[in-house]
Amino acid sequence: MKRLLVLFAAAVFAFADASMALQPDERLDDPALEARARALAAEMRCLVCQNQSIDDSSAPFARDVRLLLRSRLEAGDTDEEVRAFLVARFGEFILLKPTTQGVNLVLWLSPLLALAFASIVAWWYYRRWRAQG
Amino acid sequence: MIANIGLLALALALPIALLQSGASLWGAQRHHDRLMQVGRNAALMQAALLALAFACLVIAFLSSDFSLALVVAHSHSAKPFLYKFAASWGNHEGSLALWVLVLALAGGALAILGESLAPRLRARALGIQGSLGVLFTGFLLFASNPFERLPTPALDGFGLNPVLQDPALAIHPPFLYFGYVGLSLPFSLAVAALLEGGISSAWARWLRITTLASWSALTIGIALGSWWAYRELGWGGFWFWDPVENASLMPWLIAIALFHCAVIVEKRGAFRQWSIFLAIIAFSLAMLGTFLVRSGVLVSVHSFATDPTRGIFILAILVCVSGGALLLFSARAARLRDDSLFAPVSREGAVLVNNLLLCCGCASVFVGTLYPLALETLNGAKVSVGAPFFNLTFAPLMLPLFFLLPLGPVLAWKQGSLLGALQRIQLAVLVGLAAIIGTLAYKGAAPLWASLAFGLGVWILVGVCCEIFQRLRSSESRPGASFWGMSLAHAGMGVLLLGVVAHSAWSIERIESLRPGDSLDVAGFNITFENTAFTRSDNFFAEQALLRVRSGNGEVFDLTAERRVYPIRATSTSESAINYSLAGDLYVVLGDNWIADAEARVFRFYWNPLVSLIWLGAALMAIGGGCCLADRRYRASRPEAKRGWESRQENLSVEEIQ
Repeated sequence: MKRLLVLFAAAVFAFADASMALQPDERLDDPALEARARALAAEMRCLVCQNQSIDDSSAPFARDVRLLLRSRLEAGDTDEEVRAFLVARFGEFILLKPTTQGVNLVLWLSPLLALAFASIVAWWYYRRWRAQG
Repeated sequence: MIANIGLLALALALPIALLQSGASLWGAQRHHDRLMQVGRNAALMQAALLALAFACLVIAFLSSDFSLALVVAHSHSAKPFLYKFAASWGNHEGSLALWVLVLALAGGALAILGESLAPRLRARALGIQGSLGVLFTGFLLFASNPFERLPTPALDGFGLNPVLQDPALAIHPPFLYFGYVGLSLPFSLAVAALLEGGISSAWARWLRITTLASWSALTIGIALGSWWAYRELGWGGFWFWDPVENASLMPWLIAIALFHCAVIVEKRGAFRQWSIFLAIIAFSLAMLGTFLVRSGVLVSVHSFATDPTRGIFILAILVCVSGGALLLFSARAARLRDDSLFAPVSREGAVLVNNLLLCCGCASVFVGTLYPLALETLNGAKVSVGAPFFNLTFAPLMLPLFFLLPLGPVLAWKQGSLLGALQRIQLAVLVGLAAIIGTLAYKGAAPLWASLAFGLGVWILVGVCCEIFQRLRSSESRPGASFWGMSLAHAGMGVLLLGVVAHSAWSIERIESLRPGDSLDVAGFNITFENTAFTRSDNFFAEQALLRVRSGNGEVFDLTAERRVYPIRATSTSESAINYSLAGDLYVVLGDNWIADAEARVFRFYWNPLVSLIWLGAALMAIGGGCCLADRRYRASRPEAKRGWESRQENLSVEEIQ
């Protein structure tokens, strides 16, 4: 069992560098389209890796998704359509930048809420404390 | 034999920690000097026993004792000395042993050096430190024993993960743990103050020193980790918003807030409750970091050994310790009243905003890191929160902080004037604006935020220089080490910011397939792929690609990019070739020959402008922290006066009040 775990770890780490990330043969000829592809790929999680985007990952899975993503762009999809396409296939887990819908709003608003809350509390304490002083 | 001694020392450390905790807390409660003395001695003994246990573990690794399960799983006889050494903490059990050792060393330091603290306060802090020792030593002994033996000794080990075989990473965990676990001292002091129902200036000084020391170590630890990732992982990136990186960033941020706050507690008598709260949160986040890394709950690049049962233990300890401390805080904090008033625009006010922004920054990292976990637990949905989220939320919170940074030190205590402060560093305003315009003109407006942030970096640097210059010119007393430390650390932040901005916004990437003899131009360098060669070493085989680089000014140098295969682990790594310079790094990664052409190789070329400033800035910050510690005023251990507050106020020199 322990041996298996070690082998598993080795298999995972076989992808832990960038040597096999995006390859020259994957690139699109149109620079504008390729730039969009890079930006999109950086937002997509490599599902078989640990916290890597498909743009950074050396895993064969990541290469497949990169090629898929480019083929959608070449077919004329907008960025939003490509995202929707990938989410439909792989689930929301693939998005490194979570959507701003539904319960995810809590996530996106949390820094603002924290700032507002902390400011109000600080101000309230400060006033009470001035009044006492 | 050695392992048996280690296990014995570890097993003895547990009752000694219990004694340290019991004798100190009970002695303090009963005003019993002898008992408190017993507690102090127990703390020293605890430190000695755990040092012995850890030394035994290191010896077991160095001598490749393959009767120990841990050594077999994480070492190999063919491994270089340094990595055998580093392997002793490069795994779950060993790193926890180091954790517990640092905890005990912190307690020992308090027992020896804490003479300036009131005896009862010190005893209480030692008691809390001892209780932490009981929990974590127990966890180590019962749930992750590093000295566990195999039924039959193995012939050889599995080796250390090759990605981890790097000098920077070898010493990364000790620094990180000194930082993490060093924060146990502010925690113990805070809880002791709550038990005591009062604090003194000596207490505030200790709070500040221990936080600063831990923060400096944490800074070095994080910087080493980031430097390793930069060189070893081969993306030329320095920060990946990996959950484990976030776990170390959170206590780092809160530690900054805490020692700024502790200055105010010490010098002005404000923010007492708040600093105690922060001290509790800082250590809780450090424990949370340990939980996240060690339990493998957030599967990430760093979680090698994943065993969920251990996570439950750490989580239980975390809940007990933090929950208990926060309960005590809510019950007792009201006793600690602040006795100094200040206007919103003042140095105290600046520290307040600093704390506000750092805490909110920490909150955004916290939420982003734990959100996927929380959501999955609550409704089973799997989402990812990655770099794009943190870049959009954390960075905007830090920008106002960077704007505030050079203003804080030139604001007066109690009541300051923003306009006056701006006037004192008006040169920084001008140069900062010039930098924004300059980068806009030179680099274009493509990322507008980059020019803005770059300008902020320059604003910090010039602002700090203005402060130093004015301070030296003024006829007041000569600035002490803590002034220099503060200036260095602030300048380090500016330097770091410049490096981060330049790297994130202006680095260049080329990915090309080359055949021997082919050449290409990257960022003013002409690079020719000469040839490849095979080499081998004790524990790996490698393919090396030789590249000849001609820089714009006619200089010629060679770079060797390498791909290694480690047969023991069946793993390959890439050793990037990097030409370091202050202007930027030329960074080359050798890839596989993905295409059918046997001679062609895929190369990734990066030009990372100013990237070394990132680590230079971190080094400056750590050195600055060290300078503050070296200040004579903090080393002098004066016995505490009854009302230490007032006695301290008299010792303030003009420079501090100015």
